[in-house]
Amino acid sequence: MDKDINIKVKVWRQNGPKEKGRFETYELKNISQGSSFLEMLDILNEQLVNDGKIPVAFDHDCREGICGMCSLYINGHPHGPDGEITTCQLHMRSFDEGDTITIEPWRSAGFPIIKDLVVDRTAFEKIMQAGGYVSVNTGGIPDANAIPIPRDKAELAMDAAACIGCGACVAACKNGSAMLFVAAKVSQLALLPQGKPEAARRAKSMVAKMDELGFGNCTNIGACEVECPKNISISNIARLNREFLKAKLKD
Amino acid sequence: MSWLIKSSIGRKVIQSISGLFLILFLLFHMSMNVVLIFSHETYDFLANEILGANWWAIVGTLIIGLGVGVHIIYAIILTLQNWKARGRDRYASKSKTPVAWSSKNMFVLGVFIALFLIVHMYQMWYQMQFKDLFGMEGVRHDGAQLVVDVLSQTWVLIAYVVAFIALWFHLNHGFWSALHSVGWNNDIWMKRLKRLGYFVSTLIVLGFIVVAIAVHFGYSNLLA
Repeated sequence: MDKDINIKVKVWRQNGPKEKGRFETYELKNISQGSSFLEMLDILNEQLVNDGKIPVAFDHDCREGICGMCSLYINGHPHGPDGEITTCQLHMRSFDEGDTITIEPWRSAGFPIIKDLVVDRTAFEKIMQAGGYVSVNTGGIPDANAIPIPRDKAELAMDAAACIGCGACVAACKNGSAMLFVAAKVSQLALLPQGKPEAARRAKSMVAKMDELGFGNCTNIGACEVECPKNISISNIARLNREFLKAKLKD
Repeated sequence: MSWLIKSSIGRKVIQSISGLFLILFLLFHMSMNVVLIFSHETYDFLANEILGANWWAIVGTLIIGLGVGVHIIYAIILTLQNWKARGRDRYASKSKTPVAWSSKNMFVLGVFIALFLIVHMYQMWYQMQFKDLFGMEGVRHDGAQLVVDVLSQTWVLIAYVVAFIALWFHLNHGFWSALHSVGWNNDIWMKRLKRLGYFVSTLIVLGFIVVAIAVHFGYSNLLA
């Protein structure tokens, strides 16, 4: 049964990208375990505003786990202690009476902090702009249905396409590597006939952009896969390595 | 071919290929050690062929040295780059993501193995090939006896076994990770490669440990 719990939250506060940050601890009383994690933060912010303080800035949008906007490193896990969900899908029943919850922003050189818990993830947009698309119009639904695609390929492409680009992989990685994200984006197109013609160019330019933006080198630890809210497999990283090496060897 | 050093995947390929090469070398080294248990004479013959002052022995040593050097240099480069990529501020809370211990500690394990390698090279290679090459005094041509002398000390045996265990953890992640980095993996092969890596690392390390313990307790040269 859901109860009302009293908790403490230890939140990273940072006024701006260049400011020095620090942790602030706030007490919250009678938080329903039925409320979502972000609702708890809303309650915290209401409390802060009523006290005449500046509310905590955090990213959120759809609050149903598909937009990829929410982030937060909660108690040592990107997207919190529950598996296969985003922070907005996390509920307070994952926590107990008297808990102190540590909330931090994603930490990586590729994702600089804007304010408090909000980080700049435009690096992912830049990687997508480098080649994460199909250049020519591939036609309407009837055309797509006319192209035979093996079921296993279609399934793998769909699994890779589940990536919402939230950045939890980078946040979880000890190397600050964006390989799982790039691997998913390269794979979802490389597996399908519509994406094939540009596969080599795509792999090369997306990896080049990823390196340029200061993300780390993948060492196959697999933390990304464990924390990914969409269960993207690191097999995609092997596929990206394959696509990239094939493209480079062909040059 | 500049992409090999300029791209992240290229640098990983260098680390993978050098690592896989060193695994092959370790397999050979382990097989060679096993000979010690059976016959000192055969061991000495082989050791003088490959650790003497012959041209093929020198070329072989240089190639292996190159493999080790490249592997260490790239381990340092990759680790420093990854350290930087993590950003200036670190997480205050310890990561709770469940991952294999060895996968997070490859560099630490590598440093440990490298330190062992310095001791090991001084105890064996320096006394044999190095002194032979530069005409120094006290060259050992009786490799088997040298191994017996060195391993008869208890601290050496303990240091060797500890280093072998570190090597086991290093190889356990290194084997499948190297193949993953060159693109040879998918959901089905992942299980196979991890199991094969487990087998290969256990085979190598068990061979080393068994020989070291056997020699320490005098169970070598059994066929003589």
